[in-house]
Amino acid sequence: MQYLLLIYNNEKNWMELPDADAGTLRDNYRSFTESIAKSGHYKGGNALQPTNTATTVRVRNGKRTATDGPFAETREQLGGYYLVDAKDLDEAIGLAARIPGALTGAIEVRPIMEMPAPVPA
Amino acid sequence: MNDVSTRETIARVYREESARALATLIRLLGDFDVAEEALQDAFTIAVTQWERDGVPSNPRAWLISTGRNRTVDRIRREDRLVRFANTMALPTEPVVMPEEPRDEDDSVDDDRLRLIFTCCHPALARESQVALTLRTICGLTTEEIARAFLVPVPTMAQRLVRATGKIRAARIPYRVPPAHELAERLDAVLAVVYLAFTEGYAATSGDALVRRDLSSEAIRLGRLLVALMPAATEANALLALMLLHDARRQTRASADGDIVLLEDQDRASWDRAQIDEGLLRVEAALQGGGAGAYAIQAAIAALHARARVASDTDWRQIEALYALLLQRAPSAVVELNHAVAVAMAEGPERGLLLADAIDARGELRGYHLLHAVRADLLRRLGRATEAAAAYETALELASLEPERRFLQRRLIELRRLDSSLTPAES
Repeated sequence: MQYLLLIYNNEKNWMELPDADAGTLRDNYRSFTESIAKSGHYKGGNALQPTNTATTVRVRNGKRTATDGPFAETREQLGGYYLVDAKDLDEAIGLAARIPGALTGAIEVRPIMEMPAPVPA
Repeated sequence: MNDVSTRETIARVYREESARALATLIRLLGDFDVAEEALQDAFTIAVTQWERDGVPSNPRAWLISTGRNRTVDRIRREDRLVRFANTMALPTEPVVMPEEPRDEDDSVDDDRLRLIFTCCHPALARESQVALTLRTICGLTTEEIARAFLVPVPTMAQRLVRATGKIRAARIPYRVPPAHELAERLDAVLAVVYLAFTEGYAATSGDALVRRDLSSEAIRLGRLLVALMPAATEANALLALMLLHDARRQTRASADGDIVLLEDQDRASWDRAQIDEGLLRVEAALQGGGAGAYAIQAAIAALHARARVASDTDWRQIEALYALLLQRAPSAVVELNHAVAVAMAEGPERGLLLADAIDARGELRGYHLLHAVRADLLRRLGRATEAAAAYETALELASLEPERRFLQRRLIELRRLDSSLTPAES
């Protein structure tokens, strides 16, 4: 089963981080990513540009609107994600707890919806 | 007629075995709702088949294999088997359950324990954990749980649907947690059991009968946990705590539903057998050392239970235990209980100092018992005007009728006393 681990942190803190600390954090992320790749959990993942680059798109009554900014203005922002393969929610929570961002922000764990595979007749 | 006795047997089997059969079906079928449906199907078949062929020697095993095979058949008929088997890893061949009850009992116990941990998984909201546990482990109906928690039936049904839906969609595992997670996960299970107990025990509003059942169910759950996890000291301590509280049930209210204080309760009517069992369990729980929060609370309840008359109560020891509890599980409510124990052990002035300090911090200001405690201590110190004001505040905040009547009574007594002392004021 696949889970999306969404990393929420206060991006202002990240931008104000001294270089040495930012370096350590990058190293921690790199070694975490390598370790879950080695264990076979890693399916994908990315860091995101800060929310001031975000655009939110809605379509209402056939009319498309795009607004500046993230979907919700909150104290913590979506800063990146991992797509992982885990056997159940407990294993996914275990992986989420090892993400460096969990120490300062929060990780939202979302199961990926399974679409039924086409069945051969 | 034979019909009647078979129907009675089915009704009895339903009462005694459905929760266990459900636990195993959930493991076999991997889904709460599918398992419930399977069990209903099995009972429907039982009505005709048992009447015709007689009651099987192991009704539970029969229900499990019938329910399971029936589900597999139905899914196959609906031509969804491949898809279902893909997601559920369901074998396609019907399985015959062993008819040997002994072999199976172990695995049934394991199933129930696994199911308790699933129902009390931290990814579910606490209120859902409680509802789901009562529904699936205790076999209470949605209506009964709704009545017990004073919420509308559709709300409770919705809560249960959402919980089983999340278990399915997020794949909350169906297993006893590994050793390194066990202590933390067991805490959640114990919290659910204790919440069910206090809900049934403390509240005096709502459907009294259902609420009493809730306490009994919690004690049954506690016994189940102790039986399944004999090494879990805190489970034993929680069972002791519930037994000791529950032993006083009959004496906590008068015939007209008024509150009877601990000091005024008829101690001869306390359930001695239950107290004796509770005392033994407290001792066992304390022997391991490093007593947890439930063990300390059970030890306090044990000291109350041991006192044959209220004046024999060892308040110094109780005070020391509350101080210890305050270190282990600090909270303003425990602090308030500690203040009461200090007042009993060392006099109302000392208790009032502590209660006033809690009041000054403000966090319990909306809690009627803080004001009731202050009122009682002020009354005992002869500070009638301040006591009356505190009773009035408590009365404004209290919501349960028997508590309100109790506070009202105290207020009237106080005013009577006060006016007799200073008639000019009245």
